[in-house]
Amino acid sequence: MNNLVILPILIPLLMGVILIFFKDSKSVQRTVSVISVGLMIAVSAYLTYIVYTEGIQTTELGDWPAPFGIVLVADLLSSSLVALSSLLSLVCLFFAYQTFSAERERNFFHPFFLFLMVGVNGSFLTGDLFNLFVFFEVMLISSFILISMGSKQYQLRESLKYVIINTVSSMFFVAAIAYIYGVTGTLNMADLAVKIGELEQTGVISVIAVLFLFVFGTKSAIFPLYYWLPHSYFAPPAAIAALFGGLLTKVGVYTIMRTYTLIFPHDQTVFQILLIFGGLTMFIGVLGAVSQFDFKRILAVHIVSQVGYMIMGIGIFTPLAIAGTFYFLAHNIIVKSALFLFAGVAEKITGTSHLKQMSGLLKTHPYVGWLFLITALSLAGIPPLSGFFGKFALIIAGFDAGNYFVIAVSLATGVLTLFSMMKIFMTSFWGEVKMPDPQAKDKKVGSLLIPILPLVALTILLGVAAEPFMQFSLELAEQLMDPSEYINSVLNKE
Amino acid sequence: MEILMILTVGVLFTVATYMILSKSMLRVIIGVVILSHGAHLLFLTLSGLKQGAPPLLGEEASAYTDPLPQALILTAIVIGFGITAFMLVLAYRTYKAHKTDNLDELRGTEDE
Repeated sequence: MNNLVILPILIPLLMGVILIFFKDSKSVQRTVSVISVGLMIAVSAYLTYIVYTEGIQTTELGDWPAPFGIVLVADLLSSSLVALSSLLSLVCLFFAYQTFSAERERNFFHPFFLFLMVGVNGSFLTGDLFNLFVFFEVMLISSFILISMGSKQYQLRESLKYVIINTVSSMFFVAAIAYIYGVTGTLNMADLAVKIGELEQTGVISVIAVLFLFVFGTKSAIFPLYYWLPHSYFAPPAAIAALFGGLLTKVGVYTIMRTYTLIFPHDQTVFQILLIFGGLTMFIGVLGAVSQFDFKRILAVHIVSQVGYMIMGIGIFTPLAIAGTFYFLAHNIIVKSALFLFAGVAEKITGTSHLKQMSGLLKTHPYVGWLFLITALSLAGIPPLSGFFGKFALIIAGFDAGNYFVIAVSLATGVLTLFSMMKIFMTSFWGEVKMPDPQAKDKKVGSLLIPILPLVALTILLGVAAEPFMQFSLELAEQLMDPSEYINSVLNKE
Repeated sequence: MEILMILTVGVLFTVATYMILSKSMLRVIIGVVILSHGAHLLFLTLSGLKQGAPPLLGEEASAYTDPLPQALILTAIVIGFGITAFMLVLAYRTYKAHKTDNLDELRGTEDE
């Protein structure tokens, strides 16, 4: 029992409610949201430290004992993801301050930004399946508002599709919860793990597992459920796209990781499905990226391809593969948002995000170019940057498990990723200076780069100091692969 | 009773699927609403219809009905209500901006 676990949910919730009343004061909005995100980072870092030294922490809400009440659980996976997402939200917030119009900030950007963090942190921390649905909805409805804010023509129609697809998958989430409640009579994840382990009718469990895969697959954009993502993540401004690209699909991946390691680890067929879909997702995603000629669109389609790697890691399902998946997940949260922010910077300079309309950025803004190159190479998995080690662990794990085909696909995908990243670099940064806006050369964007710097530094750090981080990931993977510690600490069995 | 409920759920899911696959924005939204009703009804049925006395203090009975699904469905209904309201407003704004509610005309990119 530790009340610290609820703070990452409570802080943004309270602050967001307060901010609704200070709609017109820009300075109050900004200060309060920076303070609350700062508090979130501090609390979640401390929580991760506590979990690392003392083991899994739980909070029983309302003091109802575990399988009956709602329980919040912080293990290594969830607490470190909360810390990462809080850090990312601070970066996006500072980027938003410099790019957003005053009108956008006045129209409840800050409260919904904080409510989005409530949903994200809550989804990471909850230990109850229905509560997960509720936090998903909190996250989704805030994201609906953030994505449609601004009401441009293109934005409106793409957010409508985003809303409808996500709502349909949420309804299937309710149906899946209904099935699992009908079969087991419980919704507490630890209790579910125990009860499903004791059940003998595995056919029903397979159906439920596939239904959950459909739901979480839609949220995390795996093949063939990814079609909504490239268009809708293209629509919002860079700071919001970075937050969505970095976090929202990763919440879907997190839920797949959590449910498949904890609730459905016995079902071999589902892991085969995950492997196949992982391979298809990464390959088709990267083909989509290769065919695009727009900065933001390439990045958006790349999200799909990167999610494929994580799904593959979960499908291989060995401790090393899970460790690699987490490492890759953390790397991807950092790098993907940094790249989206770079797209925002390039758009701010040139006034367009289409690659054919801009070139020569390296001559006019060298720092942007080189920092982008580091991040892009990290995404493509070039050593010694962080992308390499995540992929390396996944590939080694795949070889150990004998999944040669999917490994071959992932290597081919890596080459194509490098190709599409270099396409951005070569067309928009190399070459003669050519931009639609004639004053573009002299635009100063130094202050825009400051929020991105920590992300670039982190990807270098994750790569250069891979040893301790990999050690941490391995410990995390062991905790996931052996759910008994999770189950015991939730159900208070010693 | 369970059989009848399950059949109703099946009909609701079928109707919802048909509506969601149609091309008019408003029909799609109605489809989503019907889908949510189907899901809630499914929840109510699968967790067991009335099996005994209401679970209140002072009720003397050999069996009690499970109150949890009803609480959960209520939560889901409220969430669905909010999202439906938002979807309708968004659809109206989209209609105003594009002058059409045909989803076939709301697709594609400038490049194509």
